[in-house]
Amino acid sequence: MNTFQPTAHSLSLDQVSVTFSGATGGYTAVKNTSLSIGEGEFVSVVGPTGCGKSTLLNVAAGLLQHSSGSVKVFGEPLRGLNRQAGYMFQAESLMPWRSTLANVTAGLQFRGVPAEEAHERGQQWLARVGLSGFEDRYPHQLSGGMRKRAALAQMLILDPKILLMDEPFSALDIQTRQLMENELLQLWEADKKSVLFITHDLEEAISLSDRVVVLSAGPETHPIGEFTIDLPRPRDVAEIRMTPRFLELHEQIWHVMKEEVLKGYAQTRNKLSA
Amino acid sequence: MKKIPIWLWQVTLLVMIFVVWHLLTAPDLIPPIWFDNENRAAFFFGEPLKIFSTIWVWFSGGEIYEHLWITLVETILAFAIGTILGLVVGLWLGLSNTASVLLDPYVKAANAMPRVILAPIFMVWFGLGIWSKVALGVTLVFFIVFFNVYQGVKEVSPVVLNNARMLGASATQLLRYVYLPSATSWVFSSLHTSVGMAFVGAVVGEYLGSAKGVGYLIHQAEGTFDINSVFAGILVLTVFALLLDYLVTLAENRLLKWRPQQSKTETT
Repeated sequence: MNTFQPTAHSLSLDQVSVTFSGATGGYTAVKNTSLSIGEGEFVSVVGPTGCGKSTLLNVAAGLLQHSSGSVKVFGEPLRGLNRQAGYMFQAESLMPWRSTLANVTAGLQFRGVPAEEAHERGQQWLARVGLSGFEDRYPHQLSGGMRKRAALAQMLILDPKILLMDEPFSALDIQTRQLMENELLQLWEADKKSVLFITHDLEEAISLSDRVVVLSAGPETHPIGEFTIDLPRPRDVAEIRMTPRFLELHEQIWHVMKEEVLKGYAQTRNKLSA
Repeated sequence: MKKIPIWLWQVTLLVMIFVVWHLLTAPDLIPPIWFDNENRAAFFFGEPLKIFSTIWVWFSGGEIYEHLWITLVETILAFAIGTILGLVVGLWLGLSNTASVLLDPYVKAANAMPRVILAPIFMVWFGLGIWSKVALGVTLVFFIVFFNVYQGVKEVSPVVLNNARMLGASATQLLRYVYLPSATSWVFSSLHTSVGMAFVGAVVGEYLGSAKGVGYLIHQAEGTFDINSVFAGILVLTVFALLLDYLVTLAENRLLKWRPQQSKTETT
């Protein structure tokens, strides 16, 4: 008996294009992009800065309406916000007027979970992300890494089936970042969710993912390469970077990515000098 | 050597001001510098000692409390009503693009108009009691709160907003848990100005026509050229305003404790 279904996708984008209308004519950020994430799969999308990675993620979240193509969540066409997904933002997303605990339990409150139960579950999640004792602090009293942990707990407490992560750790220093990456992997391995992880950092992408998708430079971004990462799990993101297989994969992907990065860089430069 | 604390300097300065004031105004003390009559200076500028004795009489006789109370009530009512109106209208215009585009010139016009001019109209509408003063204070407070709330709504971080939406907040929940706290933080940051404005509304209203209140006391004294009582009234109002401001600071510290403070370092 083979119960494995290769067609079971939690999230699939099919020929998606996004065109922003503007005063100087339309700007097509994403063009004809197809991307599927299997259940429990960790997929990273890498690409040069400003290539429309976040646009793609916002489409998957339902925060942004795509111009053409289709977005399906567990086989159902996406209408409105993606209720199956949790979203972790690149920028600060905690409500500054709420304490850490109140921030973590916000989603439960929105869903009408009784305050006592929410409180208890909030405490549990704070413990899981290592923030016990900080429940009464306000976001500005936490360090950048702690704020990210709180945001992680805030998202995971709702037990979403899909995690959408938009360069969540890019603002952190390298040590904190690797700590957070390891913690993310542990949480993910405990309860395999489907992850769409956006980053511009190729090493981060390889060390975390099952699959890495490379996007072209914008505008009209589309995938130009896809790589399966066959590194063994569980992984330690700091150690895995030293292994020969990692370096091999890195070289392969970088070979594809390099040209696009240079293209993206040239475009930014031209824009500045124009 | 220990440093002399700043408040000591401040008190010394205050005492010096009163001493100089006393020297320049008391008849027979030093020959008149500007005026050709010994009593002129006292007539125009009052005499600190008499001012203090007036204040003493007011407080020991209990006469002042009723007036202070009326002014306080007017201030609080003007502040409360103005704040609620400003909050509601600010949220409404901040969230509804159509309404804000439509009403924009009217808001600007109403804000540009010198609103003290409305005082006589309010007196016709609401009589000489406290409500005409409250109405004047409300027109002053409203715009401060309104503009702050409007700004607050417009400047809610889109990331925080989207995050709340992804966490499942409905439209009403967004209003209640994101827009409102964000807007109230702006209201609190303008608390000093709006309480001050409520106070100005109350006193100016009393001054223009009333039967009670500290503004009324000053107006009465002015009518009889009792300059000492005028200054006494001004001093009482000033101290009163300082007290209000202090209370606002206390409230602010409690309500805005989630706000980042500039960190202080200790020096030894």
